[in-house]
Formats: sequence, C-alpha cells, structure tokens
Amino acid sequence: MNDATHSHADDHGHGHDEAPHFTRRGYLIGFLLSVVLTAVPFWLVMTGVLQNAQTTAIVIVAFAVVQILVHTICFLHVNTRAEGGWTLMAYVFTAVIVLIVIAGSLWIMYHLNTNMMPAAAMEMGPQP
Amino acid sequence: MAADALTEPHATELSFYDTEDAHHHEAGGSTLLGFWIYLMSDALIFATLFATYGVLSTSYAGGPSPREIFELPLVAVNTALLLTSSITYGFAVIAMQDGKLRATQAWLALTGLLGIGFVAIELYEFANLIHEGATPMRSAFLSSFFTLVATHGLHVTFGIIWLGTMLVQLGQRGLIPENRRRIMCLSMFWHFLDVVWIGVFTFVYLLGVLR
Repeated sequence: MNDATHSHADDHGHGHDEAPHFTRRGYLIGFLLSVVLTAVPFWLVMTGVLQNAQTTAIVIVAFAVVQILVHTICFLHVNTRAEGGWTLMAYVFTAVIVLIVIAGSLWIMYHLNTNMMPAAAMEMGPQP
Repeated sequence: MAADALTEPHATELSFYDTEDAHHHEAGGSTLLGFWIYLMSDALIFATLFATYGVLSTSYAGGPSPREIFELPLVAVNTALLLTSSITYGFAVIAMQDGKLRATQAWLALTGLLGIGFVAIELYEFANLIHEGATPMRSAFLSSFFTLVATHGLHVTFGIIWLGTMLVQLGQRGLIPENRRRIMCLSMFWHFLDVVWIGVFTFVYLLGVLR
C-alpha cells in the first residue's frame, strides 16, 4: 500500500522534482535534538545551576546557534543539492547580513551610549 | 550588428541555458526557491527588530525590568507548543509524500491547533503585561519587546490562516501537484518561524531574565 502509493506519486515527476524525499527518521532526529537543545537552556536559567550569569549566557547562546543549525538542516532541508545550491547560497548570504546588522548595531550603539552619556555631554557643552 | 552578436554564439554558448531550461522548469518549478528568497528577506526584517531590541533592551526608563515581568514557565510552554508543531508539520509532509490525504489533513489540523495554542498563550501573556502596566508605551525596552515578539506572533497568525486555507484546498482538490507545492512552501514558512522563535526565547526571554 505504502510503496504503491509512493511510486504513484513519483510517476507524476512533478512533485518529485520539487520535493526530494524526506524521511520520518530525519524529522524525529531533528525533533529530539531540538528538545534537548531547548530544555537545557531553560533548565540552566530557571534553576541557576551555573552560578556565573555570564557563563550561563555564553552556554545558552551556543545552544541557540546549534539549534538553529539543526532546524535549518533537519526541518528546512537546506543542503548543497537543493535547488542547485541556491537555497544554501541565499541562506549563507542572509546569515552574513543578519550578523552584520545585529552585531554592527549593538557595537555602534554601545559606543555611542558610552561616549555620549548625558552628563559627559553637558560637561563638554560649553567648551569650544 | 547587435542582433548578430546575440544570435551568433547561440548554438555554442547559449545552448547550455536552453537545455537546462527545457527539462528543469515546469510550471511553478521555481516557486520554492522564490519563496525561500522571500523568507530570507523576512529574516532581515527580524534581524533589524532583534538589533533594535538589543540596543534598547536596557532602556527601562524607570519601568519594569525583564526579570520582573517575564514568566519563564509560560514561555517554556509556548516553546514546547511551537516545537511540537514543527514535528507535526513534518509528519504532514511525510503523509503527503506517501499520498495519504486524510493523514496529511489530520497532521496539518493538529499543527494549526498547536499554533492557535501558541498565539493564545502569547496574547494572554501580553494582556497580563499590559494589565500590570508594562505597556509598549512604558519604556523603550517594552516598545522594542512588543514590536519584536508581536511581529513573530503576527507571522504565526498568518501561518494559521494559511493552514486553514490549505485544509480547504486539500478538501476540494486533494493532493494535486499545486497543493503539494503549497504544502512545501508553508512547511518552509512554519519551520522558519520556529527558527525565529529560537532567537526570541534565547535572546529576549532567557538572556533577559539572566540580566
């Protein structure tokens, strides 16, 4: 039954070309990984196991990055073959822009904040 | 002259493009890539919202701080709902591949219900915050928080509407190639929102409570 309907779907050619075959196993692996990668950061923050807040922050950001990659590969199916590699190309390009926008904004605004504190601005004001 | 230049190398150089075009693109063949490009541009919207939040996240203006207003258990439940909806959508895609219409519809409906649960809890959270006086007008931190999280919530809401539309289309036409293509587009949309939510719960909620 299962195989018969599947080969029927393949015969269309259409759906096959657009959607490479995804496996239940792939989705389950992605799901189990993401459950662990979600549960651990929540557990770390809610129980405060790691005494140091900065260590906790670094660990949960690392978990987030890994989980985003897991979702990208297991759920979004980005790989070198899909659409002749163009999905991966667009993904990498977007990731670079996203990093520049976020890191760049934080960097610039942090320095503006520290260099242009209201008190400092007032002291500087009357000087030529 | 110009026309010559265009037609002359046709046989040797341009034939490459011709042959590829001929067997590669049927109707809607480039829809998935186009939709992917849209999602990437959507990611840029979220990037600017994340950057805005990152810059303003400590500007409390004497108002409440994240630690005082965020309820992590609620966020954990929401995260679980969205994560589960990802795997149920995955099962819908598997059912579609196997040509099982009923199973596809059932998994899509379950995904939609999980999404509705997510939006309901988020609205409950927002209502609580506003009731406590933590409105978007209170501080720059809260303005950027509501903008970022509500934009994601709005995306999920539209995803749910799309899921409903998809169920109607499946009911009327079954698993025709067009519907399969739409299911794959919605699949990318739905999983993409889950990826954005990873950023939200990590950078907004968890890091906010840590601070």
